[in-house]
Amino acid sequence: MAKHKTPLLDQLESGPWPSFVSDIKQEAESRAKNEKGLDYQIPADCPEDLLGVLELSYNDGETHWKHGGIVGVFGYGGGVIGRYCDQPEQFPGVAHFHTIRVAQPSGKFYTTKFLRDVCDLWDLRGSGLTNMHGATGDIVLLGTQTPQLEEIFFELTHNLNNDLGGSGSNLRTPAACMGMSRCEYACYDSQELCYNLTQEYQDELHRPAFPYKFKFKFDACPNGCVAAIARSDLSFLGTWRDNIRVDQEAVAAYVGGEIAPNAGAHAGRDWGKFDIVKEVVDLCPSNAISYEGGKLSINDKECVRCMHCINTMPRALRIGEDTGCSILCGAKAPILDGPQMGSLLVPFIEVNKDDDYQAIKDVIEGVWDWWMEEGKNRERVGETMKRLGFGALVRAAGVPIDARQVQEPRHNPYIFWKAEEVEGGWERSIDDFRKRHQR
Amino acid sequence: MAFISSGYNPEKPMENRITDIGPQHFTEFLQPVIKKNFGKWLYHEILEAGVLKHVAESGDAVYTVRCGTARLMTVTHIREICDIADEWCGGYLRFTTRNNIEFMLEDEAKALELKKFLNGQKFSGGSIKFPVGGTGAGVTNIVHTQGWVHCHTPATDASGTVKATMDAVFDQFTDMKLPAPVRISMACCLNMCGAVHCSDIAILGIHRKPPIIDHKYLDNLCEIPLAVAACPTGAVRPSKVEIDGETYKTVAIKEERCMFCGNCYTMCPSLPLADKEGDGIALMVGGKVSNRITKPAFSKVVVPFIPNNPPRWPEMTDVITRILNAYSEGANKYERLGDWAARIGWERFFEVCDLEFTEHLIDDFRDPAYYTWRQTTQFKW
Repeated sequence: MAKHKTPLLDQLESGPWPSFVSDIKQEAESRAKNEKGLDYQIPADCPEDLLGVLELSYNDGETHWKHGGIVGVFGYGGGVIGRYCDQPEQFPGVAHFHTIRVAQPSGKFYTTKFLRDVCDLWDLRGSGLTNMHGATGDIVLLGTQTPQLEEIFFELTHNLNNDLGGSGSNLRTPAACMGMSRCEYACYDSQELCYNLTQEYQDELHRPAFPYKFKFKFDACPNGCVAAIARSDLSFLGTWRDNIRVDQEAVAAYVGGEIAPNAGAHAGRDWGKFDIVKEVVDLCPSNAISYEGGKLSINDKECVRCMHCINTMPRALRIGEDTGCSILCGAKAPILDGPQMGSLLVPFIEVNKDDDYQAIKDVIEGVWDWWMEEGKNRERVGETMKRLGFGALVRAAGVPIDARQVQEPRHNPYIFWKAEEVEGGWERSIDDFRKRHQR
Repeated sequence: MAFISSGYNPEKPMENRITDIGPQHFTEFLQPVIKKNFGKWLYHEILEAGVLKHVAESGDAVYTVRCGTARLMTVTHIREICDIADEWCGGYLRFTTRNNIEFMLEDEAKALELKKFLNGQKFSGGSIKFPVGGTGAGVTNIVHTQGWVHCHTPATDASGTVKATMDAVFDQFTDMKLPAPVRISMACCLNMCGAVHCSDIAILGIHRKPPIIDHKYLDNLCEIPLAVAACPTGAVRPSKVEIDGETYKTVAIKEERCMFCGNCYTMCPSLPLADKEGDGIALMVGGKVSNRITKPAFSKVVVPFIPNNPPRWPEMTDVITRILNAYSEGANKYERLGDWAARIGWERFFEVCDLEFTEHLIDDFRDPAYYTWRQTTQFKW
């Protein structure tokens, strides 16, 4: 018999989509049975109490989790988020219910061995509830108590060879798309770059020294599967500088209907016969494609690498071979000054593992040094950039000024000229002036 | 319950301490066929909804079966997932950025068999444990935040609104009948941990009442200057109040300036603003992150407020379904939801989706608002 009545939540057990309520109930049952005879280190009935407190919120229309609380592991300022219930008497199993962020492997590939080890750890020392995964990408373990934190960290590092993720005003756990591991569009090895920078900046990840959070995300092509351009302070988007590779025979096979367009992504509905002019040529945002006499031509100099033609005919068209990435800066959600998209800081940079990605690290560290100096408390770099100007950011990053950094030139002539930019400087004599002009 | 030591010695916290090792290298987790063909993939196809085929230069092919999950999942459930991966995929699997699970196999027939198997697995309450889909021109899984399950600032629940929505749009998950992919995202307050601001459809929890001031405790719990500085509209100022003859240092709030972002509460627990009638959901549409054809774009608010009506939020799912249907009927192949709305004009969008345009939808927040007003006589009746 369930510990708490949950008539509202029970309604979320019906319908086809996987029910988190049913899942929590099966966890509650498993912990009650305790077939492995575990000596649970936090209350065994915490899943039931979580359902209880959630049902209370469904009735009250308000959350029942208290504000924060500082908990963590020795030497780290991030990775653990304190959480306490505001009805501890009713729901003692979740009175203390801290979150642990665990650094996820790049691209979120797993062996079952690793996942089972995480499960064993979380069964014994946590609630048995997780998020796979949090919005930033970490493995999120939901619900444990303070005395377990060091124990969990010890087991995580010693037995699972894995670290905590980031939280607070520090570098958040970087996240990458699956990149070269299973995608033909990858312009650079997003997973390796993500891993390398994660390791390089472990100190920034675990010990808050920034004005506010800072996110890296890595998309290996302009399709943007991890949404880097929208939600990371520095986004690394794969791109290329040379020509799209064209296989005319495969183009003909698309036109002839032997290969389904867009890799079959529209197979659920009859959109009629594939029309290469309507579906590819006319949709090219820079009018860089033509199709004449059965031959597809791309004016690569005019191509803006939007990916549409490649996505539509992946067997006929391939990304170029001179690949690297663009770096965009300053994306964030609306808090506080409205949403910001990443702005193009570096149009192209080599992604070179051989020199340990030094060119990229130089840009990162330039931006950080400037932001740590100039940024206000709780100001994302995108806001600092807006306050002090994009030019200041470009100087800080140590990258060249480039027309590609803007959509169009400024609308006003209120240019902040510097004294050294003007002939003769700004210092002038009023006496000289008066020689030419009466008072 | 006896305390079990992991080996950690609180007397000597630095002894044998391992720190700053980061995650394991991802190559430890790659299936042999993925590892062998790393960086050498030629092309891919979607064989049927939820089943992908990737072909490498070597001629190797890998078949992926993608299934949706509730991202809040238990260890019992993860172990079930591991059992499946052990039996069918040699002990490997991956998660997508949108909380789907991908099982990868080298045999096409087996992959299709796995799809059938996954669709047949059900929770005791009747829902499907691993519904296969989420590919191509359809709706994929919803990324979301914690909501009432685990967060201290939410204006609504996340897991519940997502379950209700995915039930309502389930056919679009298992099929590929839409003009282009539709990404739905959910964030339970304006902090937007879920960064839903560039989604085709965004479900966003919002507050509508200014904070309550816990005068007697505020000065003990908060740094008043931080709470003052936290307000983006300058609505919070330091103040004093007298209660039962005693003077307390506290803050005052200029209520007409409050835009209910909750940032002051984040800095100061004595300024809660959650409220049963005040809280609810705003719906935003037309954002995207891909550079395909058109530029990445922000989502726009099209419904300023929908009351919280748990457990199923019927008013919310009704609007989402209406928008999806209108889009499905009206958009061209490859056209994302926001591109369709921009093409037909937003005034027309409200008409075809049968949504009311209200004063709340005219932006009045700082400079960017200006760029959303119309500076032309080109409009539609």
